[in-house]
Amino acid sequence: MVEITDVVCSLCGCVCDDIVLEVENNEVVKVKRGACSVGKSKLLGHERIKSPMIRENGELKECSYDEAIKKAAEILYKSRRPLLYGWSSTVCEADSAGIELAEDIGGVVDNTATVCHGPSVLAIQDVGIPSCTLGEVKNRADLIIYWGANPAQAHANHMKRYSYVSKGYWTAEGKKGKKLVVVDVRKTMTSKMADVFIQVEQGKDYQVFSALRAILRGHEDVVPDKVGGVSKEQLLEVANMVKEAKFGITFFGMGVTHTGARHNNIVNAIQFTRAGHLYGKWSIMPMRGHFNVTGFNQVCTWQTGFPFSVDLSRGYAWYNPGETSSTDLLYREDCDSALIIASDPGAHFPGAALRHLAKIPVIQIDPFANPTTEFADVVIPAAISGIECEGGVYRMDNIPIRLRKILETDYYVPDAEIVERIHAEVRALREKEGE
Amino acid sequence: MADGELLIRNGVVYDPINGVKGEQKDICIRDGKIVESVTNPKVIDAEGRVVMPGGVDIHSHIAGGKVNAGRIMRPEDGRKGLEPKTSVCRVQSGYSIPNTFATGYRYAKMGYTFVMEAAMPPLAARHTHEELVDIPILDNAAMPLIDNNWMTLEYIKSGDTDLLAAYVAWIIKATKGYGVKIVNPGGTEAWAWGKNCNLHDSVPYFDVTPAEIVKGLAEATEKYEMPHSVHVHGNMLGHPGNFEMTTDTYDLVKGIKPYRDRPAMHATHTQFHSYGGTSWGDFESQAKHIANYVNDSDHVSIDIGSIILGDTTTMTADGPMEYSLYQITGRKWTNLDVELETGSGITPFLYSGKSPVNTIQWAIGQELALLTKDPWKVALTTDHPNAGPFIGYPIIISMLMSKKRRDESAEDMHKVIFDRADLPSIDREYDLNEIAIITRGMTAKTLGLAEHGKGHLGVGADADIAIYDMSPEERDAGKIQKAFLNTKYTIKAGEIVVKDGEVVATPPGRTIFVTPECDDKLMDEMLVTLKDKFDKYYSVTFNNYPVQDAYLPNPYEIKAPWRS
Repeated sequence: MVEITDVVCSLCGCVCDDIVLEVENNEVVKVKRGACSVGKSKLLGHERIKSPMIRENGELKECSYDEAIKKAAEILYKSRRPLLYGWSSTVCEADSAGIELAEDIGGVVDNTATVCHGPSVLAIQDVGIPSCTLGEVKNRADLIIYWGANPAQAHANHMKRYSYVSKGYWTAEGKKGKKLVVVDVRKTMTSKMADVFIQVEQGKDYQVFSALRAILRGHEDVVPDKVGGVSKEQLLEVANMVKEAKFGITFFGMGVTHTGARHNNIVNAIQFTRAGHLYGKWSIMPMRGHFNVTGFNQVCTWQTGFPFSVDLSRGYAWYNPGETSSTDLLYREDCDSALIIASDPGAHFPGAALRHLAKIPVIQIDPFANPTTEFADVVIPAAISGIECEGGVYRMDNIPIRLRKILETDYYVPDAEIVERIHAEVRALREKEGE
Repeated sequence: MADGELLIRNGVVYDPINGVKGEQKDICIRDGKIVESVTNPKVIDAEGRVVMPGGVDIHSHIAGGKVNAGRIMRPEDGRKGLEPKTSVCRVQSGYSIPNTFATGYRYAKMGYTFVMEAAMPPLAARHTHEELVDIPILDNAAMPLIDNNWMTLEYIKSGDTDLLAAYVAWIIKATKGYGVKIVNPGGTEAWAWGKNCNLHDSVPYFDVTPAEIVKGLAEATEKYEMPHSVHVHGNMLGHPGNFEMTTDTYDLVKGIKPYRDRPAMHATHTQFHSYGGTSWGDFESQAKHIANYVNDSDHVSIDIGSIILGDTTTMTADGPMEYSLYQITGRKWTNLDVELETGSGITPFLYSGKSPVNTIQWAIGQELALLTKDPWKVALTTDHPNAGPFIGYPIIISMLMSKKRRDESAEDMHKVIFDRADLPSIDREYDLNEIAIITRGMTAKTLGLAEHGKGHLGVGADADIAIYDMSPEERDAGKIQKAFLNTKYTIKAGEIVVKDGEVVATPPGRTIFVTPECDDKLMDEMLVTLKDKFDKYYSVTFNNYPVQDAYLPNPYEIKAPWRS
């Protein structure tokens, strides 16, 4: 039995990197320290896709890696407008290989941000984002707001490692010296811990941000008695907490990015942060989901100039979410094949988008079966990033951390290598046809 | 590196490090290096054309967290530079913040073959290196920010320069960095609480002054045989009346004995630090004050940080400065403070010739180059993209070489240029030898890269060469600008990478890093304190912090032993 320290978790955007494992006979037998219950479950391993498969007469039939990769290359090579989607639960090396493939075959490359924090990116493109690393929050924050986010269940280590419960330089007493505000449409496990819980009416976040901004900017008089179901009294209470804080942070989640005013909610959240800055130091940060959803946006931006939804069919990078975003392409029945990697649109895309996705040839690359597997035509199992192979990822605060390899695999192939091998096959096909 | 031989015949060569000032010469290349002679070479006829070593940029922001945050924030800048892939080139985008591929291609087209990334946040060093790997052609290096780090502040306070030197060694090694970068010392830590610092203010909670930080880090740096000195972006960048604080900062390293024949401080983007007046209302140039200081001393070198008129994206680890700028413009603003180390801010900015302040700023950068008598003390930069994108270098070259062009431009600018700047009264014109000095010779020497084959064409040097499509007699500023924008040939490590202004090959660049060699006992003592910081305050572990070898596929190491 070997103890391994400094293991980096490849589950959520927290990317906890202080995990201690026990490994015996090439298996993780115990998670001794550091991981939350969900992370623990991933580290201990569960049911895998056992073999590459190709769908024949409606049934997935097992085949070799070579056969599946060849079939995938044929699909992409024949395709006029392929969509290459996912990229968030894998490493930057795979993302980089995917962008190069998309560029070569004139595809659209997009990641899960498109149905997640895409609106946050659009808001950043409107007004920028004042933010910081998670360690800044740990060491300095005396007021923490979670808005439309439920970390107690979705990012289970977030409060302990980085925010409300953590102890740092100016926060040596942990939560004792801090205040927690939670804004949500319902009571959650997180809201139970809050000093102040604001229950906002569904879809009314924009109005509540506006009211808080107005108070912070000295226009208390224009705020009505009730805004989005929240009393003026409670708004004044929170605004006062903001004014008194030395270092405040708003963490926001899906609860604000995809309701009501969508990206305008986030613009307003950022403007609220700027208003807080008039009194103390204020930052804001999206609660990114997948462990490397941030990393894809980084790689895609430095390689193409744009963070997601990049259409490479013209030879140059064309970025126009709404036109070039995955769900919109699928609504319009605009793409004729799809490579889905390290994600599960089968479970997360709207029905109308899925209807088209189910009709076109779909290649899936993933360590685990999921609803997307049900309609995939080629299924290629991957080594698990952070367990069976290493690679770079970006935490939700844009800090780059390298996943470690913990276990050996003599069978499963890393995502990056699968994508590179598909690309090599596409090139071979092109050469054969003498293009 | 290209195999085989190449002969560049009859070019008019400017190789200032070797004292070659416009002589017609042949240059022989074998296996990527300059050699005495060749036997069966491929020949490039350079008759009548200007030949220089590959350009060496001493200060530019091309890779890493804040550059990419700028790209994410500004798709409108990305759209300005869209170019399709070709059989050799990847897709290109961006103007002031080009994507990594465009960065490599566009620098190479201007004849540059080495660029120093000027600010690497240590905690995000992996990001900087990932982008450097994706910048084709250019050799590169990056300077980690070491001046607002809690470890630094605490050792400055305790006065323990040896332990500070041990920390400096550790962090340069851990980040695969090149040297010590200082950006608003103390001020960026203060910014974590929304505050800022003057040179002699006490940094909140740490009880040290920026002046003490600069001096202490310069002393710690010179404990090693470091190729480059401390590289300093001082306090109160961009504030009217900062010029005296600037030279007060230079004074701090007087008497510190540098390891080799270079100054003990490189002061960067000096244009932003040469401001007179008490407000934007009576803002004026104090370039003369700065240039006189530099002329009279040998402990400081500068780069100009000259303005390119138009829209750009400003970005710096000087978080409070970006916040002030955003408050002036009301445009987008991104901020990213980095725990225990540094911060950064990004905001777009338009330099307009109609604005009196921008006009004076525009004059100052050029004044600094023209009033500094010895070109070996001054480098051409735009602090890309802060004063303007690197793609504007040829404009500055043409200005420095042509009084006529400067006068014509001044006519189009705000009339304040005739009252509160010196530029219209300066007659000096740079010659090509001086241009070669401020774009390669001085920069390679100041960075300590000349002995590693950069910035010159002596036997044994890297065969990095720019051949410009112009005669040495050319005086037409427009033609000079055009020639410096797109080379006839750029050769990188003996391989032709640009021909007739088009990129024809994209070999990967090397990343040059420095390993300061510190006594084990001293290092161990420092590590006790450092590990405590990781245990209690960092959000990543000590073992996951250092940049792994995987991030430097083409490394080149320079060892910096402890000075006896």
